[in-house]
Amino acid sequence: MQIQSMQVHTMHIPDGFINAPTSAVAGVIAVIGIAICLNGARKQLDEKTAPLAGLVAVFIFAMQMLNFPVAAGTSGHLLGGALAVILIGPYAGALAVSVVILVQGLLFADGGLSAIGLNIINMGLVTAVVGWFVFRGLVKVIGVSRPKVMAAAFVAGLVTVPVSALAFVLEYAIGGTGTVPVSTVTFAMVGVHIVIGIGEGLITALTVGAVFLVRPDLVYGVHDRLPKKLLVTFNPVATPVNGS
Amino acid sequence: MPSPHTHGHDVGERLFVHRHSVIHRLPAEVKTVAMVAFIFTVIMTPPGQFWAFAFFALILVVVAVLARIPARVILPRMLVEVPFVFFALLMPFFGTGPTVEVLGLSLSQAGLLAGWGILIKGTLGVVSSILLAATTPARDLLMGLERLKVPELLVQIASFMLRYTHVVSDEMHRMKLARESRGFTATGIRSWPIIAQSGGALFIRSYERGERVHLAMLSRGYTGRLPQLVTVTTTASDWFTAMSLPSVGLIIALTAIWMGR
Repeated sequence: MQIQSMQVHTMHIPDGFINAPTSAVAGVIAVIGIAICLNGARKQLDEKTAPLAGLVAVFIFAMQMLNFPVAAGTSGHLLGGALAVILIGPYAGALAVSVVILVQGLLFADGGLSAIGLNIINMGLVTAVVGWFVFRGLVKVIGVSRPKVMAAAFVAGLVTVPVSALAFVLEYAIGGTGTVPVSTVTFAMVGVHIVIGIGEGLITALTVGAVFLVRPDLVYGVHDRLPKKLLVTFNPVATPVNGS
Repeated sequence: MPSPHTHGHDVGERLFVHRHSVIHRLPAEVKTVAMVAFIFTVIMTPPGQFWAFAFFALILVVVAVLARIPARVILPRMLVEVPFVFFALLMPFFGTGPTVEVLGLSLSQAGLLAGWGILIKGTLGVVSSILLAATTPARDLLMGLERLKVPELLVQIASFMLRYTHVVSDEMHRMKLARESRGFTATGIRSWPIIAQSGGALFIRSYERGERVHLAMLSRGYTGRLPQLVTVTTTASDWFTAMSLPSVGLIIALTAIWMGR
């Protein structure tokens, strides 16, 4: 795995795509959003926040580079917004994804420096809010077991992608520099991203399912709703920790 | 791709090109502010003022020459912009209003202009970011953010991310080797559960590593703050030197806006 070979994330907005005032306002909104997340994560994790959110940021970064082959040489990869919030909670999850976007923009020229605020809103904050509420709402209704958690994770993953695309469409409608009409952009973006969303939902569900099988206590989205049975049989020694 | 051997170097350090130059010597936060401000002057320039973009490009060339960053470092890293090149190329097919014939295709003039604007501004932005990362060690960039009053916790999370990217991606590579040595080949959607299982295991390992790192830090007296090992003093002349970049950019942008009225 070579990091330097630039990975392509089609959703990162470059410089010049959205005009300067809109980009600047988005920057301010992103700063406020991150401040809220920092506050919330600190309450949840205390001084564990930095190492844990940091390592989960690396995890999301690594997962984004994991190729999931589709067919005929094409492959998809994860965006990770829903996965992050389901696994470590809305605040720390949003922080982890936002830090990934910040580092990608600042170091890898992936996403424009002037568009970091826009990208953080679309991929870090919007996905966190939507992913979290969809997942929590669903597990509240259908309950907690491995298939049910996976189903909720699938829907949460699926929904975050077109909603994130809609956030982009909104920014484009306000300050887009392109000539493609907003209606066409909406149609194309949402259409394409529902398809991408199915992939995102599948990867999210399978990954959450894999974690739930071994360490259900590490799926923060259900940490307060775990059936007693799972808490009793859970054995931390059985977790593979080789290679550390 | 095989796992590269990068002992003691985190991912950001490999983007850094070691030189002794005016640009390298400037404190990180000064450079970051100057670059972001410069990009804002670029994106506020109307795309129809072609001369302005020639000047912007020239300015970046001057910065690259001053910093002694060769084209063979910059050009490969520019591949990151490939996806939005496609998007820019779509623009001429969608615009409304008068059209022009190009190679037998009827293209929208407004669309051509918008596509050009996206392409050139995106490219200038990418080159600016590359120059920033090539002249500033990643750790300094993050420390610079802290001096710009970015919350310490956010900077710490980003530092952890940089420091452990290799560890985690090496771990991911070992898992891939293990899968393949058991005869696994990824062939379409049917192999997703296996790959996702590795993803789940990777999360558990990353999370537990985070816990161990936290305990190790606690045992060394961590209270939620990291000690500052180097103190950087930023002088007014540093700011003056760096801000000359966006100042020239602003003059160009304002002239272009005025001429484009």
